[in-house]
Amino acid sequence: MNTPADLKYTKDHEWIRVLGDIVEIGITDYAQGELGDIVFIEMPEVGGAVTQSEPFGTIEAVKAVSELFSPVTGVVEDVNSMIEEDAGIVNRDPYGEGWIIKVKLADPSQLDDLLDATGYEEMVEGI
Amino acid sequence: MSDPLENLKTTPYTGFHKSAGAKLVGFAGYQMPIQYGGIISEHKAVRERVGLFDLSHMGEFEVSGSEAEKFLQAVTTNDVSVLEIGQVQYSCMTYEDGGIVDDLLIYRLEENYMLVVNASNIEKDFEWLSEHLSGDVQLVNHSDKISLLAIQGPKAQLLLEELTDFDLDGLAYYRSTREEVAGQELLFSRTGYTGEDGFEFYIPNDEGDFFWNALVNAGQKYDMALIGLGARDSLRLEMKLALYGNDIDQKTNPYEAGLGWIVKLDAGPFVGSDALARIKKDRPTRRLVSLVLEGKAFPRPGYKIFEGTEEIGAVTSGTISPSMGIPIALGYVPRRLSKPGNRVEIEIRGKRFGANVVKPPFYKKPADSKAE
Repeated sequence: MNTPADLKYTKDHEWIRVLGDIVEIGITDYAQGELGDIVFIEMPEVGGAVTQSEPFGTIEAVKAVSELFSPVTGVVEDVNSMIEEDAGIVNRDPYGEGWIIKVKLADPSQLDDLLDATGYEEMVEGI
Repeated sequence: MSDPLENLKTTPYTGFHKSAGAKLVGFAGYQMPIQYGGIISEHKAVRERVGLFDLSHMGEFEVSGSEAEKFLQAVTTNDVSVLEIGQVQYSCMTYEDGGIVDDLLIYRLEENYMLVVNASNIEKDFEWLSEHLSGDVQLVNHSDKISLLAIQGPKAQLLLEELTDFDLDGLAYYRSTREEVAGQELLFSRTGYTGEDGFEFYIPNDEGDFFWNALVNAGQKYDMALIGLGARDSLRLEMKLALYGNDIDQKTNPYEAGLGWIVKLDAGPFVGSDALARIKKDRPTRRLVSLVLEGKAFPRPGYKIFEGTEEIGAVTSGTISPSMGIPIALGYVPRRLSKPGNRVEIEIRGKRFGANVVKPPFYKKPADSKAE
């Protein structure tokens, strides 16, 4: 399992890269492997609000649809427009080019609720 | 932690799937590979080259005895009497009310018949057939002894030619033969569930290792891919081939499912023929149609179909076509809307997407794909 140590994680299989008061959000390598071929992702509008633990989009994979849950509350700064062209980049490079949205944090203390890489790996191994 | 799959049946090829990195799922009581490299790439491998499928979960029944033909004529909708030795027939079994028990293949072999039924229906079919047995007929379930491998794709014949001296050009579509493959005699047919040319091999379980290795070795030259049930589903869906449990079941009849061509009322009576004669005369109230959706949407079974504000049906199968990149679906709509060119709407998580009824199949082979 590829779980970079410099990222934070949620039990819903998202990763969070903290870039000051902005966070980048994507899905983990484990999640993309479980989903299989991703064909498209419904993403929120730039400028829209997201709420911690609430759905902010859906991932349509060939096998199944699943919801994306926001790890934090804030305003959508940016969405990855490359995904609209080719959602497969989330399968190929989940921690890099396959990032999904960037959110401006409303409450940085929410980051304390997240798992570190070891915590996430332990959770996945228990599945 | 215990593996939830470990109590399920395996096929002779489960070990090969695991070493190939397959994702195994429980299906019809078996551990089956849903995918290896990815459903889209597997799908394309079959359309462009050739793929190997483990379909050992499918059921095989033997029907023999002096009244075998008479029995099959009385329990299946198609006309068994026209079958020549070696010929294969697509058919179905129906209940008294015309609802479908299962769809199946009937092989007329030299001395008996072989029925190939859906994995999830093996027990139900066997019981149903047993209830209708009469006369000098023996029905035997060989499902746990016979495995099934398929090769499908434009290179399938070239691949098989590497393993047999038999002239495959002499084996027409829906014909079977028993010939030497890799030096061992084997029953196989030119059949499949993908819309591509290909063959299906009925292999005694204890010879599974031998034939798997033979096919895999011969396949290297043609860049053969291993294909899971995920791509099997998208391949059949692009051809509008019905899947029992999705598009057809005990609550659907062959006429509304577009399977009227395998109902030969003149060859009856058979179980369900009275009901089907009435349905044919009155015409079915709904039909299974092929739908292409507008926009970015992923239709899945159960999604509701609307005409204006009125709910008129539901999606029974759907995907993003891996060959064409567009959302495609099958679903039942009232007969008046079933002609190509009609437009309905499909609701996906509260949003409506337009969907146009099209003439099947969704996927049409490029004219030159068999050349080279």
